[in-house]
Amino acid sequence: MSVDQATVRRIAHLARIAVTDAEVPHLQNELNAILAFVEQLDEVNVDGIEPMTSVTPMAMKKRQDEITDGALADKVTGNAPATEDHFFIVPKVVE
Amino acid sequence: MNAPVDPKKLIKGATGDWEVVIGMEIHAQVTSKSKLFSGASTAFGGEPNAHVSLVDAAMPGMLPVINEECVRQAVRTGLGLKAEINLRSVFDRKNYFYPDLPQGYQISQYKSPIVGEGEVLVDMPDGSQITVGIERLHLEQDAGKSLHDQHPTMSFVDLNRSGVALMEIVSKPDLRSAEEAKAYVTKLRTILRYLGTCDGDMEKGNLRADVNVSVRRPGDPFGTRCEIKNVNSIRFIGQAVETEARRQIGIIEDGGTIVQETRLFDPGKGETRSMRSKEEAHDYRYFPDPDLLPLEFDQAYVDDLAAHLPELPDAKKARFIAEYGLSPYDAGVLVAEREQADYFEAVAKGRDGKAAANWVINELFGRLNKEGLDIGASPVSAAQLGAIVDLIGEGTISGKIAKDLFEIVWTEGGDPRALVETRGMKQVTDTGAIEKAVDEVIAANPDKVQQALAKPTMLGWFVGQVMKQTGGKANPQAVNDLLKSKLGI
Repeated sequence: MSVDQATVRRIAHLARIAVTDAEVPHLQNELNAILAFVEQLDEVNVDGIEPMTSVTPMAMKKRQDEITDGALADKVTGNAPATEDHFFIVPKVVE
Repeated sequence: MNAPVDPKKLIKGATGDWEVVIGMEIHAQVTSKSKLFSGASTAFGGEPNAHVSLVDAAMPGMLPVINEECVRQAVRTGLGLKAEINLRSVFDRKNYFYPDLPQGYQISQYKSPIVGEGEVLVDMPDGSQITVGIERLHLEQDAGKSLHDQHPTMSFVDLNRSGVALMEIVSKPDLRSAEEAKAYVTKLRTILRYLGTCDGDMEKGNLRADVNVSVRRPGDPFGTRCEIKNVNSIRFIGQAVETEARRQIGIIEDGGTIVQETRLFDPGKGETRSMRSKEEAHDYRYFPDPDLLPLEFDQAYVDDLAAHLPELPDAKKARFIAEYGLSPYDAGVLVAEREQADYFEAVAKGRDGKAAANWVINELFGRLNKEGLDIGASPVSAAQLGAIVDLIGEGTISGKIAKDLFEIVWTEGGDPRALVETRGMKQVTDTGAIEKAVDEVIAANPDKVQQALAKPTMLGWFVGQVMKQTGGKANPQAVNDLLKSKLGI
């Protein structure tokens, strides 16, 4: 599997990363090198093997339904470039 | 999916009949105190960003931990939809950018949802019943809320909803009219409210629908569908379906083709319009969330939840018909809300079920509707209404007087039996007193007596006069019998 330049631009756009035309060939090579590396895994036959989700067999931890968090509006908005009355403020986005 | 086509459901176009095909995705907010993956509150209407943990705000390094109550509620809902429960399901990341989605992805379930196929029986207003297939139900996070009207060039973002648990309930494309779509959502909402897994409050956005609409010639394969996003009332769902079906028929009949897209319904203008084209945004690049292990539980857990489900509307309706002899229509009206059904049962217990249903539906619901009150706010308790039904049953008061009594209990309160005594509302069954009134009326109206001999329907006039004379308290049957014998008709 390999990617063409259009795919590189598309992936960058989906990730909201600005990529100049000059950078595209270089990124294409890098991505294709990564894909070729990962492709080596195709040599292993995994028919009938469950995907491993945890190194040790364990069940997912669950919480009780209790309110233990929140009331942190100062902290939550603390790093935001712009806020007002504890709202985050962003450039207008309307559907 | 090619069930026999009911011609009544077809839409007439300029070039012939069309069938509309509808499938729905309902987003139902799970009833829980805290969020799906954090301990922040789910309460509605808090101060901006007050119900937000650092997990919900997607601060680096924060990890999600699942709320077991949300899992329990999803399984219970699945059981209520007679659906297959998957003992193992997986959370995935659905990637997209939007300011009210701080993670840059929504944690959802894609390939392995917690609940699989099920079905919902839906009663139509004409008495017919349809079965709507459920494709799946999965758990996912809600996003935050953007306010666009606070500032000319900026949007305000509040993350209080961010991370609240939603159940997305996906139907099969089994609906064939706006009426069916509305009835389906109504029934689903009733089931959720019986289960207590979602409060169904559409005004607060706790239940909202994405409606997929396409049209086709009867018998043809499915047409291209458009998705109408976030319709937030049952009435609007009906309007959105009608409007969108008409739009699509118009395009096809004019020689055009339907483009698959996401649209918004504008109730003010009565039209659907295309949302900003998001073809590329539909590339969500789902993958299993590495922060979360698969969600697993055993069959014993599911069986225990199944054993403790409340009686659901279909079962309750069947029981009301069998146990109280109600008509399917009356039973359907009573079970639409659990509180109404409970009220009815409290009135009907140990009494005539049909009489109880009549009083609850006609008098009480009628009056509550008029005043815009919920059953919970009824000034007349089930015990009081039960006493009124008893007084009629015993023949202590007539049906007509009972309505006056109901009015007094509604406005002033009090024990109906005591009110009947103190206000002298008792029905007169003493034949002597009634006979006296009958004799007086006959003596005072010799001309009418002559007329009645020729025209027996005049009897009604005499009954009315006697009732007037006795203040409405005479037993109507006794009056009728006495008049017939005295007038010789």
